[in-house]
Amino acid sequence: MKREFKIFAWLFGIFLIAYFLPLGNPRVKTAIYEAFVLLQWYARNHTLACVVPALFIAGAITTFLSKESVLKHLGPKANKVEAYSVASVSGTILAVCSCSVLPMFAGIYRIGAGLGPATCFLYAGPAINVMAIFLTARVLGWELGVARVIGAVVFGVIVGLIMAVLFSKSEKSRNEAVLQMPDPPAAKHPMWKNASLLLAMIAFLVFSDWFNPGDKVVVLGDGTRFEATLQYETLGEYDLRLKDVYADHQTGEVVRLPKAEIVSIEDVDTWVVRIHHIRWYLAAAMGALIVLMSVCWLDKTDMTEWMGNTWFYAKLLVPLLFGGVFIVGFLGALVPEEHVARLVGDNSLTSNLIASVIGCFFYFATLTEIPILETLMRNGMASGPALALLLAGPALSIPSILVIRSVMGNSKTVVFVLLVIVMAAIAGMGYGYFYPDNPVLNIPMTAAAMPQ
Amino acid sequence: MKIQVLGTGCAKCGKLKELCEQAVTELGLDAEITKVEDIMEITSFGVMTTPAMAVDGVVKFAGKVPSLDEIKGYLQ
Repeated sequence: MKREFKIFAWLFGIFLIAYFLPLGNPRVKTAIYEAFVLLQWYARNHTLACVVPALFIAGAITTFLSKESVLKHLGPKANKVEAYSVASVSGTILAVCSCSVLPMFAGIYRIGAGLGPATCFLYAGPAINVMAIFLTARVLGWELGVARVIGAVVFGVIVGLIMAVLFSKSEKSRNEAVLQMPDPPAAKHPMWKNASLLLAMIAFLVFSDWFNPGDKVVVLGDGTRFEATLQYETLGEYDLRLKDVYADHQTGEVVRLPKAEIVSIEDVDTWVVRIHHIRWYLAAAMGALIVLMSVCWLDKTDMTEWMGNTWFYAKLLVPLLFGGVFIVGFLGALVPEEHVARLVGDNSLTSNLIASVIGCFFYFATLTEIPILETLMRNGMASGPALALLLAGPALSIPSILVIRSVMGNSKTVVFVLLVIVMAAIAGMGYGYFYPDNPVLNIPMTAAAMPQ
Repeated sequence: MKIQVLGTGCAKCGKLKELCEQAVTELGLDAEITKVEDIMEITSFGVMTTPAMAVDGVVKFAGKVPSLDEIKGYLQ
């Protein structure tokens, strides 16, 4: 009955939108167009090289890695160093599906390694699952992707330790239910085979998403020569961020030059660029390796289970992600830029705090935090608050806070929420101080001229 | 026989409950299937990964949706 009602609510909602949408309003017209532009940008640029392989990896992780062997290190007898280090990084593989994070948190807290590792896992886990990392790095730039991983892991441990110290007395009173971990079935494949298969898949993703920094040496018709970073290319023009002083422009400024004026524009030769040029060959080699390993090592049951899990994640995440992208594109065009810029447009403490508070309470469906941030950054959000939102967003939301409260009570929940807000803001400020560049600002996006 | 499906209400937990119902019907068992959604109650079973299944209070497996045949094996 509940399910039928849900379907009815969806249909009714769509009907209301269709009935009342003010199509005559030019701003709404633009917003609808922008929503499709953003959707096409995701479909063309992020789907085949990032989302689809990431779904296969998520499926493989669920199929071939036993959660029990990881959770063993978070049991009641695990030593502190072991528990904190596993809790901070295990989200990469344990938090693939966000719905499993809260039960694991409750388990670690009540019957496992205790409050510190549990809160550490809850803070770090959702931010560093394998799909979130790659999509962040691809869409928002690799600096932000790396910062998200480091920020989640480091501050996860800090949050966990602070929680454990503050509430060290109440630790003993927690439920003493016996940990019932049915013995994991004997591993079907040796660990090294599973690990090589997963590594090959991750290497595929790393190579296919390999980033071109866009550092160029530009020579103009009049013989002027300077270094710059290519921001954006259209049919007739280049947008270049200067790394030298050129004419009356300062370093760091973005200039637009017609292609006709430029004699040559060449990549600055580094290993990063060299790998970028051959990235498809490397990715194809990894692809061949994956096929070879699958054929040699996996039987029919393995393949069915792997594909089944991949399909499960696809059904769960693809509608969320693409529906999210569409809605974000629509709303992003309606929100005036100056509002975003006024609230979170610089790297001040206020901006970072606003971003982390919003991240804490607002619910982001899995992975949709990334298109939301892309749109906010396009509208002028600074890099520091962006990281703050990326860290606080997936860890908490009002619904998850209610569940957490039922698990560990009011006082611990309040302290945890405050810690998440403060730590995310600090991480954001630190990042914004070192990397103030906004990777997506100044990239105009129209369907006709999408950056390659 | 009392079958409890432990899970917070994600897609996989619903799937497991369906499979349990199918298994019970096909085996012709007299069993009551309930879903435990409260997270505190789930952890009091000693389970960290959902979905999980308990038969007469004993956890049979956790953290996966097994095949129909495997579930039948646990029920017989």
